[in-house]
Amino acid sequence: MNFKHRDIISIKDFSKAEIDYILHYAKRMIPYAKAEKHTMLLKQQILATLFFEPSTRTRLSFESAMHRLGGNVIGFADPSGTSQKKGESLADTIRMADSYSDAIVIRHPQEGAARLAAEFSEVPILNAGDGAGQHPTQCLLDLFTILTEKKKIKGNNVVLLGDLKYGRTVHSLAYALSLFQANLTFVSPETLKMPKEVINECKEFGVEPISTSNLEKAIKEADVLYATRIQKERFPDAEEYNRVVGSYKVNNALLQQAKQDLIVMHPLPRVVEIEPEVDKTKHAVYFKQAFNGLPVRMALLSLILGGKKI
Amino acid sequence: MKELKVTPIKDGTVIDHITPGRALKVLRVLKIPESTFSIVSVLMNVNGKKGKKDIVKIENRELDPKEVDKIALIAPKATINIIRDYEVIKKHKVELPEEVVGLTKCSNPTCISNAREPVESRFQVITKDPLRIKCYYCEREPEDIAEGII
Repeated sequence: MNFKHRDIISIKDFSKAEIDYILHYAKRMIPYAKAEKHTMLLKQQILATLFFEPSTRTRLSFESAMHRLGGNVIGFADPSGTSQKKGESLADTIRMADSYSDAIVIRHPQEGAARLAAEFSEVPILNAGDGAGQHPTQCLLDLFTILTEKKKIKGNNVVLLGDLKYGRTVHSLAYALSLFQANLTFVSPETLKMPKEVINECKEFGVEPISTSNLEKAIKEADVLYATRIQKERFPDAEEYNRVVGSYKVNNALLQQAKQDLIVMHPLPRVVEIEPEVDKTKHAVYFKQAFNGLPVRMALLSLILGGKKI
Repeated sequence: MKELKVTPIKDGTVIDHITPGRALKVLRVLKIPESTFSIVSVLMNVNGKKGKKDIVKIENRELDPKEVDKIALIAPKATINIIRDYEVIKKHKVELPEEVVGLTKCSNPTCISNAREPVESRFQVITKDPLRIKCYYCEREPEDIAEGII
């Protein structure tokens, strides 16, 4: 399988076999991610991180991944000091960054920005989130977390909870989990239900997702609970946001009804969806999930830039 | 009593088999009346062999291929008849390409293709009947394709 110079724009650009390959390669990256082993695989290579929108985990883990592989990083975390503020087009910014680096990571508030960037760049583009669109590396690290915690993805009962309408991570995740034949239950307030086109995509893989607003019932059979934040910035008006925020809470009382080996995941940042008391339980894997961004992104960078494997 | 009939045209284009009710959208796509001083006849809900249809006749104007592609987006079963001296000299069904470039805008206001970038809108055709297209950039499907036609 050859990933050299390939763009990472959408999880849909990858076959099941390719995703499997990346996830298994990511496992081999764990000791390097933890600095138990060292490598200079990407020595002399430069990664440009262009963050037109704020990010903590994604940017830091991409930068850490590049450093852990012996490479260098240039870029910005805030577009206010860049030519974009002077009215430069994204296409021109990309042409410039392309000539300064070996790969470009981009986060942008507009959907399709990474796809556009790939058209103007000679070097590979890695999409770190485009508005309410795709966030493929988040999806890969979520799959990686389920795989490492549950040993397999297929057949797990996965409950996706919260903002299923605007949340970009849950759309790609529902698609990818269907590709891997997981069983899906969507739990959300009525106004934040999973869009019909996402449900149809799941059905194309033979998966019949259950949609419900009853979390207590759904939690009993769940192997994985994936909670998401109600994203204020994606709401058209504040009134709708205030109506639904805090409508579901994951706490110890709820988890008492769950299977012993249920894992609770969250792409973070969390606000009120998961009570801090859950952090200490064996169910909580969301901080491990955040760490998993590192080996997964190291695997991707090494496959795209290195060609040589660890 | 005088009867007003829609008569055959001498030169021009007849767009037949338009999905019933879509004739006015076809006119909008062709930028009629702004783009022409020709006589244009519109027939709506005409009984044809395969049920109801709309027909548009434009005198003294032959459609170019790009205009025909646009019609395919709103009336995928339409046929284009080019008329010269009362004779049909060319007849073909509209055909949608696999990829629709620069014909219709993405309906997602935050799609990068609607920003000030040096790219044309681009859609992949998912199914032709019923017509479903998906934006190459933001991967969304517009609900009303005719609404976005450029």
